[in-house]
Amino acid sequence: MMKSPASLTIHEAAAALRAKTLSSVELTKAVFERIRAVEPQVHAYLHLTEEDALAQAAASDRRRAAEESRGPLDGVPIALKDNLCTRGVPTTCASKILERFVPPYDATVVTRLRAAGAVITGKTNLDEFAFGSSTENSAFGPSRNPWDLDRVPGGSSGGSAAAVAADEAIAALGSDTGGSIRQPAALCGLAGLKPTYGRVSRYGLIAFASSLDQIGPLAKDVEDCAILEEAIEGWDAADSTSVRLEGPSVTQASAGDIQGLRIGIAKEWLGTGLDPEVRAAVDGARVPLEKLGCTFREISLPLQDYALPIYYLVAPAEASSNLARFDGVKYGRREDGANIVEMYKKSRSAGFGPETKRRIILGTYVLSAGYYDAYYLKALKARTRLRQDYLDALKECDALLSPATPTPAFRIGEKADDPLQMYLSDIYTVSVNLVGLPALVVPCGFSAAGLPIGMQLIGRAFDDATLLRVGARYQNVTDWHRRKPPLPDSGEGGV
Amino acid sequence: MTEFETVIGLEVHCELSTKTKIFCGCSTKFGAAPNSQVCPVCLGLPGTLPVMNAEALERAILVGLAVGCTIRRRFKFDRKHYYYPDLPKNFQISQYDLPLAHDGRVDLAGAHPVRVKRVHLEEDAGKLVHEGAGQQIATGTAALVDYNRSGMPLLEIVSEPDLREPAEAVAYVKSLQTLVRYLHVSDGNMEEGSLRCDANISVRPKGADELGAKIEIKNMNSFKSIEHALTFEARRQRDALARGETLAQETRLWDDTAGETRSMRSKEAAHDYRYFPEPDLLVFTMDDARLAVIRGRLPELPWTKRLRYVQTLGLTDYDAGVLTSDRTVAEYFEATIAAGAPPKTACNWVSTELLGALHGRKLGIGDSRVAPRQLAALIALIDKATISGKIAKTVFAEMLVSGADPDAVVKAKGLVQITDEDALVTSVRDVLAANPQSVADFKAGKSQTIGFLVGQVMKATGGKANPQAVNKILKEELTR
Repeated sequence: MMKSPASLTIHEAAAALRAKTLSSVELTKAVFERIRAVEPQVHAYLHLTEEDALAQAAASDRRRAAEESRGPLDGVPIALKDNLCTRGVPTTCASKILERFVPPYDATVVTRLRAAGAVITGKTNLDEFAFGSSTENSAFGPSRNPWDLDRVPGGSSGGSAAAVAADEAIAALGSDTGGSIRQPAALCGLAGLKPTYGRVSRYGLIAFASSLDQIGPLAKDVEDCAILEEAIEGWDAADSTSVRLEGPSVTQASAGDIQGLRIGIAKEWLGTGLDPEVRAAVDGARVPLEKLGCTFREISLPLQDYALPIYYLVAPAEASSNLARFDGVKYGRREDGANIVEMYKKSRSAGFGPETKRRIILGTYVLSAGYYDAYYLKALKARTRLRQDYLDALKECDALLSPATPTPAFRIGEKADDPLQMYLSDIYTVSVNLVGLPALVVPCGFSAAGLPIGMQLIGRAFDDATLLRVGARYQNVTDWHRRKPPLPDSGEGGV
Repeated sequence: MTEFETVIGLEVHCELSTKTKIFCGCSTKFGAAPNSQVCPVCLGLPGTLPVMNAEALERAILVGLAVGCTIRRRFKFDRKHYYYPDLPKNFQISQYDLPLAHDGRVDLAGAHPVRVKRVHLEEDAGKLVHEGAGQQIATGTAALVDYNRSGMPLLEIVSEPDLREPAEAVAYVKSLQTLVRYLHVSDGNMEEGSLRCDANISVRPKGADELGAKIEIKNMNSFKSIEHALTFEARRQRDALARGETLAQETRLWDDTAGETRSMRSKEAAHDYRYFPEPDLLVFTMDDARLAVIRGRLPELPWTKRLRYVQTLGLTDYDAGVLTSDRTVAEYFEATIAAGAPPKTACNWVSTELLGALHGRKLGIGDSRVAPRQLAALIALIDKATISGKIAKTVFAEMLVSGADPDAVVKAKGLVQITDEDALVTSVRDVLAANPQSVADFKAGKSQTIGFLVGQVMKATGGKANPQAVNKILKEELTR
C-alpha cells in the first residue's frame, strides 16, 4: 500500500513536489484527512486553518507550475505552536485570558515560513503560556501521545510534537524555554532543535522567559530540523537579541561526516533518577557514533544540580513580568469590577490557570524588595558560573551527549498534582537554556513498553550545524526515527 | 522660635522630540487623533519586543554631557513594574541602578550650582482621558486611554536636594528647559507635557544636617504651579513642624484650582517596582569614538554663552540672560554682530525692538522678516549718521512688515538724515526767528530751552535732521 503523503518528511515531500508526483494541494488535503481521522484522539491542535491552508497550497502549486518555487518548504504543511502570533488567526497560548485574542501581526518566524512558501495548518496545543511539561496545563485540555494515548506527549510544545508524530503535520515549530521542544520531541520520537539563543528572532513569540525563550523545529528527522532552522533563523531588526549569522547555511554545514568529533558525557547526568531503559538507550547510541568516527570522554559539570533551582528562579521572575500585561484592559478576557483594581484581580483570577498563577506568584516573590538579592541576583550569578562550566567542557569537546528526559512519556495525571516531579522531567534540558547553547534531541531507542526514548546533543554557541551533522549521520545508520506510532484509527493515512 | 529651611530636589521629565518613538517606528507628533500613532510594540501586544531608537539614546547622552555628567561606558535598561491602564505592558522600560549618566551639575545664574544626581532614559506611558462631567476621574462616566504618548522617549533628570527656595526650583527647571531647547532634543513645552516635573520637598531646622521627611509633590504642570505648589507645601510643612507635629514620607498631589497639595499615598502604600534587568535589550556599551561623535553635537551651552557675552562682549548680565534664554535669539544676535554691528547696539535692537515687536505679534524670532544682516545694516546707517535713531525705528517698522533692506526703505521714503550744516543753518535760523521768547530765555540762562528748539528744528525738517548737528549749530547761532 502506498505511503500516505501525510507521513512524509519535509525533504521527502519536497522531492515529490519537485518531481511533480505530488501537488501541494494533494499533500495538504492528505494532512487534513489525517487530522480528521486522528485528531479526536490526539487533540494536538487548538485551531485549524484548513481553508487558508488549501489556498496557500494552491498558490504554491501555481508557483511551481510557473517555475517560481521557493525551495524545500514551498507547499509543505507546517503546524505552529499557539504561542506564535499569527495575523488574523487566534493565538491563545492555551490560556483563557487570551481565548479571544487575534493578533494583528505575524511573528517573524511566521513571516519567514510564509515567505518560504510553507502552508500553515493551524495552531497547536501547549501548556498554558508554555508553563509545563505535559500539555496538561492547557486551558483547553491535554494533548495525547500518539504512541500511547494514555500518556502525555510532553510539553510545553506537546501539541506540535503530537501533531508531527501523528502525521497531522509534516513538521512544526515549537518554543523552548527549559526543554519545551526537546522533551516532547523525545517523548514522541521526533527530532527537536533548540537553536542557540539569538539565532532565531523571538518577535511574535508570546514571551515566557525572554532570556531563555527560543523558537525551533520539531520534525520527523534531523534533516527536516535543518531545513526549518534555515528558513526561520537570522538577524531580525525587530529583536535586539537576534544575531547576524555568518558562514555557510546550516543545511550546508550539517552535510559532512563526523569523523574525529569529540563528544563529552557528564558523569552528573547518569546518576539517580535516570530510568535504566533511558540510560541503556543513550548508552547504546555511542556504538554507531563511534563507528562513524566520534570519540567519547567523561566530563564533569559540577553545577549541574543547581540548574533546576536556578531555572525556577530566573524563569518565573521573567514570566511574572511578561504576563503582567494580561490585565483585561486592552485585549483578552475581561471580568468587570467595581474599580480598576478589582477588574484586574477578577480578570487575572478567571483568566489564568493554577500553574500560571503559581509561577506568577513565585516570580513576583523573587523580584520583591528584600528578596531580589537573595534569589534573583544570586540565581543570575550562579547562571554565569553554570555557563562557564559548559563553555569549559566545550573547549575540549565538540558536543556533549546526555539523556533528553529522565523517563519515557508518563501517564496523563501521573504528575499533574506534583509540580516538583513535573519540573524534574526537564532536568536534562533546562541548563541548555540557562547557558544559551544549542541542543538537538534525536530518537535513540524505545522502552519495552514501546515508548520512544531521546538523546540530547549540546553544542557550542552558534554551532547548531555540528549537532545537526551528528544527528543526521546518526540517523543515516539508525532507524528509530522511521518508526510510526500505532494509532488505533489511522484512516487512509495508514502504512 | 526655630528657623526652618526648605530643601527641594527635582525630578524633571523631558520628552525627546525624536521623529519616532523609543522602541518602535511610530510618530511622536503631538496632538494627533487618539490612538492614531500606535503599533503592536507601543501597545505592548503579546510577543512584541523593544528595539532602541539610536537617536533617542544619543540625545539622552547629549543632555548628560551638557549637564556635566559622567557617561557610563556600560549601561542597561530595567523593567519597573506597576499596574495602570495607561501602561500597556504594566511595566515601564526604564533605568534603575545603572543610568546612562550620573553626577553632573547645573550652574544657575546668580545662585549656587545644583548637582545632578542622574540622567536616564525611559519610555513614556499613554494618557487617560476621562469622559463625562468635568472630565474628572471622580465625576466621569468612563476612562478612555490614548496610547499615542505610550513609548515616547522620556528623559529623567534627577537633581540632588540642593534647592532651597521655590523660585530657585523654577529657575532650575527653566534653565533645563533652555538647555534641552538649545540642544534641539526636546520642545521643552510644559503645556503640552513635553517637560514635566515632580519635586521632593522637606523642611528642617536651619543648620541641621539631616533631611526632614521627604514629601513628593506631583501634578505641577506649569512654572507657576511649581512655584505655588512648593510655596504652599513649604509653608504647610513649616506650620506642621511649628505645631509640634511630625511629618511622614508620602506622595502628595498639587491641585491647581484649589491651590493646595493633597495626600495621594503614604510610604506604606508605595509601590514595590520589582526592578530587574530588561532581558529584551542588550547591555549598551559606549566607546570613546561614539562618545566623541556625540560630544561633537554639543553647541555652546546657554550658561557658557551668557558668561561670554558679559566677559568678552561687555553686555550686562541681564542683557546676556535675555539673549541667551533662547538659542535662536542668541544665534540671531550673534549673526547680527558677525555682520558688523557693535554688540551693545545689536543687543538693544534685538532684545528691545525686535523681540518687543515680534512678541506683540505673537511671533518667534524665526518668523522675523528682518534678517540679522539687515538689522546690522540698519545699525550701520545710524552709526554712519545716515539716519537718526528715531528715523531708524520708522525704517525698522517698515522692514518688519516688508522684509526690505534698510537702504531701500530709507531711499524710498526719503529719510536720509540731513547732516549738511549749510542746509541745516537755514532751518535753525528760521526756527530762531520764529521763537524770540525761547531765544531770550536761553540767553537769560535757561539752557534747557535748547531742547525745545532742537525739537522745533527736527519738526521743521520732518525728523530728518541729524540731532547732534542741529544741537551744534543751535549753540553756535545762539552764542554768536
